[in-house]
Amino acid sequence: MNPSFLLAATLLLPLVGTLFIALTGSRPNLREAVTLVTAGLLAVIVYSLLQDVLAGARPAVTLVEVIPGLPMRLEIEPLGMLFACVASGLWIVNSLYSIGYMRGNHEHQQTRFYICFAVAISSAMGIAFAGNMFTLFIFYEVLTLSTYPLVAHKETEEAKRGARVYLGLLIGTSIGFQMVAIIWTELAAGTLDFAAGGILRGKVDPTMLPFLLALYMFGIGKAALMPFHRWLPSAMVAPTPVSALLHAVAVVKAGVFTVLKVVVYIFGIDLLAETGASHWLIGVASFTLIVASLVALTRDNLKARLAYSTISQLAYIVLGAALASTYGILGGALHIATHALGKITLFMCAGAIYVATHKTEISEMDGLGRRMPFTYGAFLIGALSIIGLPPFAGVWSKWYLAMGAVDTGMWLVVAIYMISSLLNVAYLIPVVARGFFRPSAEPAPQSVGAAAAPARSGIQEAPLLCVLPPCLTAAGCIVLFFYADEVIALLRPIVQ
Amino acid sequence: MTAVAAVLPHLPVLQVVVPLISAPICFLLRRGDLPWAFATLISWLAFATSAVLLSTVMADGPIHYEIGGWAPPWGIEYVVDATNVLVLLLVSGIGAVVSTYARRSVLAEIPASQRGLYYTAYLLCLAGLLGVTITGDAFNVFVFLEITSLSSYVLVASGAGIDRRALTASYNYLVMGTVGATFFVIGVGLLYMVTGTLNIADLHERVPPLLHNRTIHVAFGFIVVGLGLKLALFPLHTWLPNAYTYAPSSGTAFLAATSTKVSVYVLVRFLFVVFAPTSGLMALTMDYVLFPLAVIGMMAATIAAIYQYNLKRLLAYSSIAQLGYMVLGISYGTVDGLTAAILHLFNHALMKGALFLALGCVMLRVGDVTMHGVRGLGRQMPWTMAAFVVGGLSLIGVPLTVGFISKWYLVTAALEDDRWWVAGFIMASSLLAVIYIWKVVEAAYLREPPAGRTIREAPLAMLVPTWMLVLANIWFGVDADLTVSVARTAAMSLLGVAP
Repeated sequence: MNPSFLLAATLLLPLVGTLFIALTGSRPNLREAVTLVTAGLLAVIVYSLLQDVLAGARPAVTLVEVIPGLPMRLEIEPLGMLFACVASGLWIVNSLYSIGYMRGNHEHQQTRFYICFAVAISSAMGIAFAGNMFTLFIFYEVLTLSTYPLVAHKETEEAKRGARVYLGLLIGTSIGFQMVAIIWTELAAGTLDFAAGGILRGKVDPTMLPFLLALYMFGIGKAALMPFHRWLPSAMVAPTPVSALLHAVAVVKAGVFTVLKVVVYIFGIDLLAETGASHWLIGVASFTLIVASLVALTRDNLKARLAYSTISQLAYIVLGAALASTYGILGGALHIATHALGKITLFMCAGAIYVATHKTEISEMDGLGRRMPFTYGAFLIGALSIIGLPPFAGVWSKWYLAMGAVDTGMWLVVAIYMISSLLNVAYLIPVVARGFFRPSAEPAPQSVGAAAAPARSGIQEAPLLCVLPPCLTAAGCIVLFFYADEVIALLRPIVQ
Repeated sequence: MTAVAAVLPHLPVLQVVVPLISAPICFLLRRGDLPWAFATLISWLAFATSAVLLSTVMADGPIHYEIGGWAPPWGIEYVVDATNVLVLLLVSGIGAVVSTYARRSVLAEIPASQRGLYYTAYLLCLAGLLGVTITGDAFNVFVFLEITSLSSYVLVASGAGIDRRALTASYNYLVMGTVGATFFVIGVGLLYMVTGTLNIADLHERVPPLLHNRTIHVAFGFIVVGLGLKLALFPLHTWLPNAYTYAPSSGTAFLAATSTKVSVYVLVRFLFVVFAPTSGLMALTMDYVLFPLAVIGMMAATIAAIYQYNLKRLLAYSSIAQLGYMVLGISYGTVDGLTAAILHLFNHALMKGALFLALGCVMLRVGDVTMHGVRGLGRQMPWTMAAFVVGGLSLIGVPLTVGFISKWYLVTAALEDDRWWVAGFIMASSLLAVIYIWKVVEAAYLREPPAGRTIREAPLAMLVPTWMLVLANIWFGVDADLTVSVARTAAMSLLGVAP
């Protein structure tokens, strides 16, 4: 089929899906089938586009000219292709998981949940394939708005407060800083198209470049750079599938993806390397990286700990971009994929534990590993991948990021990456260790999960659809270890 | 065909005369739904007229029409050009949508004996607004301004059936409005004294060489303050919140979307066509009076809106802030600034129209448009509240709505002028708008409805017009080509810049 049509279809398909989800809202099985079919079709389309991109094609389509000279335009390049593959691929796994989790927990308003989810995926596709900064900004805002109902899902006071912080910080930074940066860029460069090598060379006074970069970096609130990171822990009041796909993959990765896009295609890494405009960002990103890891150590709530871990891992990518070196960019881009696989595994495991035992605090989870071996096994693999040990995918992105630091002679940054990996060990491994090695606190716990088998009192896992997805993504962590080269081959053109 | 050919050249005058003559006819109809049906028909006719005028102006350039065949400057001239044709289309379009919507709302809010009068006042107001916009004669502007004002006082006072405070609101509006109109006519009189003409095109020739003249200075002061009162420029806005709060729903929607906008348009025309200041006292007025007042108004009114409990009053304060945006764009005196102001004039009318119509639906079903009244309405009146949310997002300036297009141009104009901190204020004000809109969204979607309240969604006859405006918000937000190019052409011709 025509690639430009397929490209437009990546956005439209989830939207058409929402229509059918709304229509089948009263029949849950059919509704979930619609979600799965939509997710499957989307993955097929993205995969066929991937083949085109690997063959060197750059499909493009102009949707509508919003303001004279500023069209809403989609164009595929390798970085966006990677993000789209990650988001669409994990949507399938996460949809399976959503079914298990939402039913296992008897959540209300499930139709609204699936509708907002599909809209969020559609806007993630729009971000991935945006052909200019204007289009990217539009979908960035749509993503924020469509995920708001998901964060506020529980409709409790706590959920409302969390959702307020979420919306306030994301809308606030994007309108307050990012939009100004975009308009500034448009005025200076006369265009907002993503172009290889950037569009700002010779257009903006080099002494002003750091300020423009700052407007972008703090304006992209979804990258959770300190001090604008509070929205991410606040978003943890959402049901776990939301935290898993959106606040470990789609939303946060949309943030760092935008950071990479801005650095590579708006500024251009050569310009940043020559002018040193991103030096200050190395400091801010390093600070975020270390401090978020330290905060994660202090959190007893499992999801909160994972959220701070995400903030720190996002800073890895921003740091890679700030280094303005080839390896830093490649490592950052690869980290989008590897961290996504690892972190979604961890979140889904946290959700499975919640469904089975209704426990949220790590200190209450002693001895659970022996009752939920699959969940804890998957958690261990995800954790090891995020720490960056072979044979798990995470090792490659950390490898490239460290290479980028070596390449630019920033030995301190190399040290920061290493220290942070140790901190990863310190906040992730105890969760597993407590699960397996500490004796259980309660003598004869009753499982809430539907799949609990009374005959085998030893193993009391969450429902199958809660356990299978994290096992799949954990397996993905191992598979990606062996295929990282393919991903790098896809990404290579962006830094040439 | 010959009949059509005979009517076409007279469209500029018919645009005003048809609603004007219809008003007394409407008064005579009185019974039942007849006044409503008649007023709606006339409104749509006026809309069709301005649509034809728009296409003519876009194809053949400005139209000059001499009333009664008397050549200007002795006779009165009507001028339709790129600047005012957009305002004509806006006023008549909003009129058509609101009058279609009005029937059920008026049945519920206004006593039977006064309904005919209400529609009569509405038609007079429509005729007045269209007249102010289309005329090329300074004194004629005053005449139509008075027709508009007097009929608006009646529209506001018609809310007395629900809340007697509508009467004091109307009285306040009358006092302030009369002061404004008097100031305006004093200014016009002084201009006539010095130049001997009332034709705006002639004034455009004769005033600029006299810009050092003390009398012209005084005229300038009177006109700017008079129009400032009419358009509710901070701190001359005090009449507006009460008037919008206590007027009947349909009246509020119509007035909020059109009457202040037309005053902004008149201000633009006098500032840039009659006075055309490039230096001296008047240019300083733009920089040191209009500009700071616009910024202060923008921030102060937005903050005031956050603390409102009554949603109509909340939106009224928001309107004052939004008028600040328009005056801000005007005060730059650049093509970009003026483009932004004209664009926002049009876009803001669409947002506020949609929002007030949605509140009208709430008024009909719940009878209470406060934070308390909208609790839990997200589920009980899904279409109405969805309309409110989209209108609210547009007010905030979220992409794919008209509000975003306005913000884009306002910030562009500020950055172009190297006024960084103004861009900061515009953004800050948009973010504060998030707070007051979200208070409503949370009340409607995340609160439980009061126990025992069972209400139905608003009738289709009201939902359809509401959603027409909502969709216009999205349509002109996704494809802003028409509005942006008309606004830019208008800004260029007002400033005398060659395209």
